[in-house]
Amino acid sequence: MSHEQSDRKDDLIERYNAAERINHWIVAGTFVLLALSGLALFHPSMFWLTNLFGGGPWTRILHPFVGVVMFVAFVWLALRLWRFNMFESRDTEWMKKIGDVLNNREENLPEVGRYNAGQKLLFFVMVLCMLGLLLSGIVIWRAYFAFYFPIWVIRLASDVHAVCAFVLICGIITHIYAAIWIKGSVRAMTRGTVTRGWAWKHHRAWYKQLNK
Amino acid sequence: MALQSLDIKRRSATTLPSPSVREAHTGDVAKLIDVSKCIGCKACQTACMEWNDLRDEVGENVGVYDNPRDLSADSWTLMRFTEYENPKGDLEWLIRKDGCMHCEDPGCLKACPSPGAIVQYANGIVDFHEENCIGCGYCITGCPFNIPRISQKDHKAYKCTLCSDRVAVGLEPACVKTCPTGAIMFGTKDAMKDQAAERIEDLKSRGFDNAGLYDPAGVGGTHVMYVLHHADKPSLYHGLPDNPRISPMVTFWKGIAKPLGVAAMAFTAIAGFFHYIKTGPNETTEEDEEQAHRYDASRKGRGSDGEKGVVTHEEV
Repeated sequence: MSHEQSDRKDDLIERYNAAERINHWIVAGTFVLLALSGLALFHPSMFWLTNLFGGGPWTRILHPFVGVVMFVAFVWLALRLWRFNMFESRDTEWMKKIGDVLNNREENLPEVGRYNAGQKLLFFVMVLCMLGLLLSGIVIWRAYFAFYFPIWVIRLASDVHAVCAFVLICGIITHIYAAIWIKGSVRAMTRGTVTRGWAWKHHRAWYKQLNK
Repeated sequence: MALQSLDIKRRSATTLPSPSVREAHTGDVAKLIDVSKCIGCKACQTACMEWNDLRDEVGENVGVYDNPRDLSADSWTLMRFTEYENPKGDLEWLIRKDGCMHCEDPGCLKACPSPGAIVQYANGIVDFHEENCIGCGYCITGCPFNIPRISQKDHKAYKCTLCSDRVAVGLEPACVKTCPTGAIMFGTKDAMKDQAAERIEDLKSRGFDNAGLYDPAGVGGTHVMYVLHHADKPSLYHGLPDNPRISPMVTFWKGIAKPLGVAAMAFTAIAGFFHYIKTGPNETTEEDEEQAHRYDASRKGRGSDGEKGVVTHEEV
């Protein structure tokens, strides 16, 4: 622990260090590029998004390389955060009280550790989707790999890629919304710190652990 | 609208119909390949090269008559040779001119994500417009006949055009024009079916009881049809699919998944918005800050180190 701070109300707790924040925003930035370029090729109504990438062929060329960057960055993120995302018995209770969660009645919820059950669920959904996207993405990477696979594998991979991307995008929409909804969260990823009150309210078990 | 003979009926990655008031009332076209009349001379391959200005690389002899070994971006048609020993113990040399079948319901067009890279003309011909092709290879994924090939030169997809440029000006495809035995014919689809019916009758009278027309219903029929002496077993002819259809995996991906996926993603975002409107933000209050500090103070009171300041989770 550092010693320079006194017992002031506005003193802060570090939630993510600089490396974790940079890593997170690499994943986030590549995700946005991948979602836009992927949706462009997924539905004709969004093909115009290829213009953001320099046209259809450039979109096709860039998408898989950006995907590799996202996967590598995500692996680091997942390894860093893995141990905080193990399910505990109190997560079941939290899940059962999802109605209280959605209605801002946190006083009815069990104490939450570094991550709540929803965040943990999202974490493992992300892990599965990322793996699914990488494996299926390699199979349908026409320029380098597709010719190694029989046609039924390519067709299956096309489905897997679309389904995983769909789940990932919905998951990230939820993730972004949660950050907007729970005030004081965004600064954890922009400045690295949260207020004591924030930690007390939303992640009390984590807060208590920090202050043992 | 441009040249009437090139009116477009369907266009890849396009959600609304093409201009369709002007229809092909004279009927759609078809190429009929009578396998029983083919002598395997490869004149069709040569004519295709010549008309379309294609020159594939000279390959190596691998001990079979197929030359080149496979279709490519530069070889849009290919004689495929099969040595078949029939139940009587006789050898039959089955030669099939392979190439795009011009499906009425084209899997390539269904799979293509680039608007207008694949079109179907009112006359039924399925054509690739390479200037719109992005090189993703989804057409290969969608095709039930393994036809499209991506060029290593420009990374765009190519296949037989059924000489759409010749047909547009009232000429037959180059392979049809050159075929020395008349095994390849061209006309309206109805005319080709009539022609096939006569040929099939003739073949049956000569002992080919299972002779028939290959115009597979699974892809809505094709605009390239075969007369086969063994129409009950199309796969004898170098793996011609017995019951081709667009794979259910492609139908899912390019069918229901598209509108449902987009709708569900939009719904997720909209649900978030209305949740915020209904419930409002979840804010941390002064009370929370005070409770946190009271907790810290109680810890201090019990003799723990009680230090404050920036705490890192690394220490947990």
